[in-house]
Amino acid sequence: MGKNLPKLLLYSALFVLYLLHNDLWLWNDASLMFGIPIGLLYHIAFCLAASFLFISIVKNIWPAHLEVETKEEA
Amino acid sequence: MILTIIILYLVLVLAIGLLSHRLFRGTGEDFFVATRSIGPFILLMSLFGTHMTAFSLLGASGEAYHNGIGVFALMASSSALVVPLVFFFIGTRTWAVGKRFGYLTQVQFFRERWNSDGLGLLLFFVLIGLTIPYLLIGIMGGGITMNQITGGQIPEWVGGFVVCAVVMAYVTYGGLRGTAWANTFQTLVFMLLGGVAFFVIVNKLGGFSNAINLISERHPELLIRGDKIKPLNMLTYTLIPLSVGMFPHMFMHWLSAKRAASFQIPIMFYPLCVAAVWIPSVLLGVLGRIQFPDLQGPAANSVLVQMIKLNSPEILAGLLAAGVFAAVMSSLDSQVLSLGTMFTQDIVRHYGFHDKMSERKQVLFGRLFVIGILAIAYTLSLVFNRSIFKLGIWSFTGFASLLPVVLAALFWKRSTKQGAIASVFSVIILWTYFFVQGWQTPGYTVGGSGIMPVAVILAVSIAAMVFVSLLTKPPERAIIQKFFA
Repeated sequence: MGKNLPKLLLYSALFVLYLLHNDLWLWNDASLMFGIPIGLLYHIAFCLAASFLFISIVKNIWPAHLEVETKEEA
Repeated sequence: MILTIIILYLVLVLAIGLLSHRLFRGTGEDFFVATRSIGPFILLMSLFGTHMTAFSLLGASGEAYHNGIGVFALMASSSALVVPLVFFFIGTRTWAVGKRFGYLTQVQFFRERWNSDGLGLLLFFVLIGLTIPYLLIGIMGGGITMNQITGGQIPEWVGGFVVCAVVMAYVTYGGLRGTAWANTFQTLVFMLLGGVAFFVIVNKLGGFSNAINLISERHPELLIRGDKIKPLNMLTYTLIPLSVGMFPHMFMHWLSAKRAASFQIPIMFYPLCVAAVWIPSVLLGVLGRIQFPDLQGPAANSVLVQMIKLNSPEILAGLLAAGVFAAVMSSLDSQVLSLGTMFTQDIVRHYGFHDKMSERKQVLFGRLFVIGILAIAYTLSLVFNRSIFKLGIWSFTGFASLLPVVLAALFWKRSTKQGAIASVFSVIILWTYFFVQGWQTPGYTVGGSGIMPVAVILAVSIAAMVFVSLLTKPPERAIIQKFFA
C-alpha cells in the first residue's frame, strides 16, 4: 500500500481535476477578473494546474520499466 | 508584398525538409521513423505541431466567433488534461512495443497482437477513411488563408493546391526526420506569431480592456457559456481529445522517440502549449465580432485571417499568414507521411507485392497512393463549404471511439480478435448513423440532450470489445507471452 500511495494520490488528483473541468458555477458569470472573462480565466488556470500535475506524475510515478535497451545503446 | 513573404516562407520550409535529407541513413526505418532517434524537445514540437492544425487557429476562432469563450473549455482545457494522459498511458507503451518488435504502423501492431490479417485490413481502411476529413481541414485552411490574405486575388483552390504540393515535396524527400524538423520550425513560428497577431490586433482595437468592454456591451452572451453550450455537452466533449490515441500520424511520431523518457517533456508542457495557442485564437474569434459583425456559418472560418489583414502592416500580415500556413502544414505533412507508410508497409510489403517490385517501384506506388488520397481530399475541399471546427469534430469522434482497440491491445490480455473486430464495426455503424443524422444540423447532439455522439459510440465500442472478447475463445498463450512477458 505504502509503495502505491503516490500513484493512488496522483491518479485521484487527475480524477478531481477532471471533475473540476466542469465549472458549472461559472456557467453564466460574465464578470471579468484581471480584465479577462472569468469563465476563460478559470480554464487558463486549469491548464496550468494540469501542467503542474503532470510534472508531479512524471517526477514521482514514471514507468521507468518501459525503457527498452537496444544493442546500439548498450 | 504579402504574397512574396508567403512564398519565401514556403521555400524556407521546403529547404528545411530537404536539408534533413542530408542526414538520411538510407534505410526504411530511417525514412519512416527517423531511426527512433528523436529527442524530447523535437518530440514535443512535432507532437504538438502535428496535433494543432487549421482546427486550432481558424476553426477555434470561427467557433468562438459564434459561441464565445466556452470554446476554450470545450477543446483546449480538456485537451490539456486528456492528451498528456494519453501520451503517458498509451504513447509510452506503444513506443516500447514498437521498439521491441520494430513496428512502423498501428496496423502492424494490431495485426500481430491479435494474429488477424482481416482486422489489420479493416483498420487500414477505417483509419484512412477517418484521416480524409482531417486532411480536408488543412487543405481548406490553406485555401482560405491564401484567399483572404490576398484580398481574394488568389482563389481558394490555388491555396489548397500549393499547400498540398509543398507538403508532398518535403515529406517524400525528407521522410519523418524532415517532417519532424519542419514541424519544429513551424510550431515555433505559429506559436510566436499567434502571440504577435494577438497583441497587434488588440492594440488596433484600442487595447484589450477596451475591446472586451465593447464585447461585454454588445455581445455579453459571448463571455459566458449560457444556453449555447450545455453542461452535458462540455462533459462529453472531454472524450473528443482521446482521438490522439488512435491518430496514425501521432502513432508514427511516438515511434520516432529515442527513449521512453523523451515523452516526459511533451507530457509536462503540453498543457501550456495548448493554452498558448488557443487563448489568442479564441479571444480573437470573440473580438472579431467588433470589426466583422455579420459573418454567417462557415464564413467565420476566415475571421482570424480577415482581422490580420485589416489590422497589420503588410509585412506582418504576410508573416502572420505564414504562421497559419505553418499550423496547417505541420499537421498535413505527418498525415501524408503516415498514410504513405501505412500503404507501403501494410499493403505492399505485408501482402508480398514487394517481391515482385523493385524498391524504387514500391516508393513510387507509395507516393501515388498518397497523391491519390490527397487528390480525394483536395476535390472534397472544392465542393464542401463546412465549418472547419465541425468537420474536425466528426473526424476526431471516429478516432476517439476506436480507443478501446489500442487500450485492449496494450492492457487487456484476455481481449480477442473477434472483440476488436466487433468494436471496430460498432464504430463504423454508429459513426455513420450519427453522421447522417447530424451532418446537416449545426450543434448536433444525441436527441438534443447535449450529449456528443462520441459518448454513445465509445460506450458501445467498449461494450462490444468486452462482451465479444469474453464470449469468444481466449487468445493463444504464445501471443500473450510475446506481448505481456
